[in-house]
Amino acid sequence: MKNFFTNMKKSTKNHLITYAGIIVAYAIMQILCGTGVASNLIKGLLVPICVYSIVAIGLNLCVGILGELSLGHAGFMCIGAFTGALATKLLYDYIPSKILMFLIALVIGTFFAALFGFLIGIPVLRLKGDYLAIVTLAFGQIIINIINVLYIGKDEAGLHFAFSNPNAINMNEETGVWLINGAKGITKIPSISNFTIGVILLIVSLFIVYHLVDSRTGRAIMAIRDNRIAAESVGINITKYKMLAFTISAAIAGAGGVLYSHNLSTLTATTNNFGYNMSIMILVYVVLGGMGSFRGSIIATVILYMLPELLRGLSDYRMLFYAIILIGLMLFNWSPKAIVWRQKVLSLLPFGKKGEKGKVE
Amino acid sequence: MALLEVKDLGISFGGLQAVSEFNISIKKGQLYGLIGPNGAGKTTVFNMLTGVYTPDCGSIVLDGVPITGKKTTYINQAGIARTFQNIRLFNDQTVLDNVKIGLHNQIKYNTFTSIVRLPKYFKSEKQMKEKAMELLKVFDLDKEADLLASNLPYGKQRKLEIARALATNPKLLLLDEPAAGMNPNETAELMDTIRFVRDNFDMTILLIEHDMKLVSGICEELTVLNFGKVLCQGYTKEVLEDTEVIKAYIGD
Repeated sequence: MKNFFTNMKKSTKNHLITYAGIIVAYAIMQILCGTGVASNLIKGLLVPICVYSIVAIGLNLCVGILGELSLGHAGFMCIGAFTGALATKLLYDYIPSKILMFLIALVIGTFFAALFGFLIGIPVLRLKGDYLAIVTLAFGQIIINIINVLYIGKDEAGLHFAFSNPNAINMNEETGVWLINGAKGITKIPSISNFTIGVILLIVSLFIVYHLVDSRTGRAIMAIRDNRIAAESVGINITKYKMLAFTISAAIAGAGGVLYSHNLSTLTATTNNFGYNMSIMILVYVVLGGMGSFRGSIIATVILYMLPELLRGLSDYRMLFYAIILIGLMLFNWSPKAIVWRQKVLSLLPFGKKGEKGKVE
Repeated sequence: MALLEVKDLGISFGGLQAVSEFNISIKKGQLYGLIGPNGAGKTTVFNMLTGVYTPDCGSIVLDGVPITGKKTTYINQAGIARTFQNIRLFNDQTVLDNVKIGLHNQIKYNTFTSIVRLPKYFKSEKQMKEKAMELLKVFDLDKEADLLASNLPYGKQRKLEIARALATNPKLLLLDEPAAGMNPNETAELMDTIRFVRDNFDMTILLIEHDMKLVSGICEELTVLNFGKVLCQGYTKEVLEDTEVIKAYIGD
């Protein structure tokens, strides 16, 4: 049993450290919430942190492991959020258990996000160059605009759809219920997600990406990133593995979206929550956390998401401090001197060995 | 029957006829050299053989299977592996992983197996590691297995590229200037390695090289390219004494 840890693959050890870190952080937060130390402000941040960590992991798979830039991951999150919430609205009365309901919504939301990722990937991932960034950027904006003019209602006759004109929906006005009401979005979503579900979902996403990366498939994906021509020359099917990685990446973002929508009672699609700004925000988490490092993505998300809220006391100077901390983090992560210093510190620790660049942590 | 049969291969880029009327026939187990002055079109021929470029005309048949104009991935699976003039390794991955990527189509399991970690994953990974280490041992790289590929010295990077190409289990190995940038000692060692690969892996090898010592030392037959056309073809000794060939290299 003692040899168990020393004989373990370095990557497996790294994975376990990440899982353990999340569980410890979860336990601490539960104790803080239980004893009433944590303020309502902090409590309100817990689920969103899980949401953005999950989306950041998904984006990191695309940007860090596959090496393709996506500027529309908030769009996939949006798809997941709306399809998941719609499923819950439709089925909530028929499904007895909340957990089961959430699982169904999760499957549906993830499936549709993956489907859109797949459809976008078909034409775009065949091309070389930065086309994916352009197309996903447009996708993110288009999806918001479409949802804002989409009307879906339900009455005893079934579902009714209308596009851009709510009066054309032809629904029984007395008994009908709006499911998606254009720009007003989806209202009265049953709140069936919580911090525990969020953490479980986060660990499951990590489990999937870690196991994906540390396998034949993951090596093929990273080979394409490192040298496309060489990857082709050893018989790797470039399009297939690009599609696979991008679809899984979109699916994980969709799962984050489902969690997001079930934490709110009213879900609307605005440029703030699903638009370009949010996509860039998540990209910032990924880049500052370290490309290809899933653990880094989570740490960066936690710090950078909490910062603006915790700095609220500084009122006007809030964003100034936020920017300074961003620059500090960037230097800490990428400056050669900081890397050398970090490795020195790590080698002093009992469990850490010399840090190795390029390894997935 | 010849392993590789190329007939009337030609390609042009814009107005430039890079290669035309290229014929070659390589028998199984042969060590064949492709030489010529700079810009003669040697690497272009390699790129057509491996599907990087689609030839305008002509045909390529490997072991009875036509592979003209097919994709690189398909051609590799059909049995042609190559190395590159400017080394193309997967720099951010370990030496071992580079070879494992070469084994991609040899030992297979699907993505679901790897995510759920079914028993097949562990079995295949173990098999893969054993096979990769075996290959690395042949090239004396087994001690560097856990290093990043980019941290290897130049000569070893060349060897690793050959090991990775061999991992794909090819019938024909194409080496693009394997001795470029090597000192005489390293070149001599490389010659031994190439011979060893041919004998022990039962391999047919086609190589591009400028180092005449290496070419005359190991190649049995040569084809000389000049301005995209075959200048001379035949046994190494005869070709190297040909007046036309000497003229092309040294001038009048």
